[in-house]
Amino acid sequence: MADARMSFPTSEEAIRELRAGDSVTVDGHIIGIRDRTQIRIFDQGVPPPMDLAGALLLHTAPNVRKVGPGRYEKLCIGTTTSARMVRFTEPLGRDYGVRAICGKGGLPDEAIEPMRRLGMVYFAIVGGAAALETTQIEEIEEVGWEELMPECLWKFRVKDFGPLTVAIDSHGNSLYHEVQAEAQKRLEKLFARI
Amino acid sequence: MAVATDIQKVLEDAAAELYVWALKDIPQDLRDALVSARGRETSVPGLRVLDTIIRNVQVAEEERNLVCQDTGIPVYYCRVGEGFPLHPARIAEALRDGTERATIEHPLRSNTVHTLTRENTGQNVGHRVPILHWEFVPDWDGLDVKCVPKGSGSENMSFLKMCTPAEGVGGIKRFVLESIVGSGGKPCPPGIIGVGIGGSADYAMHLAKEAIARPVGTRNGDPLVAELEGELFDLINETGIGPMGLGGDVTALAVHVEHADTHMTLNPVAVNYQCWAARRATVHISADGVADFDREA
Repeated sequence: MADARMSFPTSEEAIRELRAGDSVTVDGHIIGIRDRTQIRIFDQGVPPPMDLAGALLLHTAPNVRKVGPGRYEKLCIGTTTSARMVRFTEPLGRDYGVRAICGKGGLPDEAIEPMRRLGMVYFAIVGGAAALETTQIEEIEEVGWEELMPECLWKFRVKDFGPLTVAIDSHGNSLYHEVQAEAQKRLEKLFARI
Repeated sequence: MAVATDIQKVLEDAAAELYVWALKDIPQDLRDALVSARGRETSVPGLRVLDTIIRNVQVAEEERNLVCQDTGIPVYYCRVGEGFPLHPARIAEALRDGTERATIEHPLRSNTVHTLTRENTGQNVGHRVPILHWEFVPDWDGLDVKCVPKGSGSENMSFLKMCTPAEGVGGIKRFVLESIVGSGGKPCPPGIIGVGIGGSADYAMHLAKEAIARPVGTRNGDPLVAELEGELFDLINETGIGPMGLGGDVTALAVHVEHADTHMTLNPVAVNYQCWAARRATVHISADGVADFDREA
């Protein structure tokens, strides 16, 4: 399990080097996105007003303060549960070239195959650790679709963002799948003891 | 009347402070439980998660920021003495006003929406929100209010099963284990597992929620139930789900069980999950209107 430092946006080649279990710290830009943002892109067919090629997306709806037209200051930025948004994994990679999704709690097994085929990864962040996460976000540089507040498209500039764990890699491995398979085996033994 | 009005203002101010305080400064028993979890964990991703959590609690304190961005759905547990000089109708009003003020003044993210339209209904208040629970205490003139801002990631992992009496205690244990394994990393483990048994369907879930609001380290007063807490704690931590569901030795910080007697044909079991950021804070208000804050209650 390696410790990597990466900058986003990035290339497929860099993503393919990552293996499940690796630790990653991120610099550069990440894009905040949530349920309603993706419903607008894919269910309503509205192209996003930001370039997502090579991007790292973060499942979030931040606490912010408005400081001017289109300008927001961070107050507290954390991460939401990813599993609700799993159906967007494939189109994000296929149609927009997204390379990584960061969230909490993991993506179900249906994300494994598109991530393998398209060269994408899922980064697990520590859910609830928003105070720390907020200090790693330097600035909110751009906000798209303000009317969806707080589920807008957010462009964050980050430094030392993490540590993140590669929980699903682009080679067909998922820590969540492994942990569930093991837990199911253990459950059988535990049930026998009850 | 003047006294009652003043007390209502004291309570509103206290509620506004309580909500923000609960979000920023987690209780000592929880901090200790997280450090103890760090000591028991052996998996690499699990250690990484627990180190980050412990660092995050520290950063929240230094930066005076929220521990978690999810400001939750506001839940209050009220213990009202029979001699407390403010009617519960006014207590409810003060808690609602205090919640709203805290949300606007801090400002906090407002999460409360109409359940059908999904439109935001206001500043973390709305129809039947905040959620209030009442207990009335004879021979006392004080008021205790415990604020539990409940995060949605863990609340979404709530489960109810009406086991049959024939399934017995084994059925209860199986259901709790299945619920925890099925939840995986979604409710932000390691957390406090609240289990409510007995009563009726709705009351079992009520008890499960009450259980998660207890300080870590407390045990049910009934020795049989306390024994079940210990057994479930060991079983859950053997599932290997681990911190944030990435695999490891620590899945639960604590298991709290609350129980009620039930009908001879009922055996309800409810699971209410509380994430590691198990926020709660209490204020005691005396009959003469003095507010005394207590992070540990």
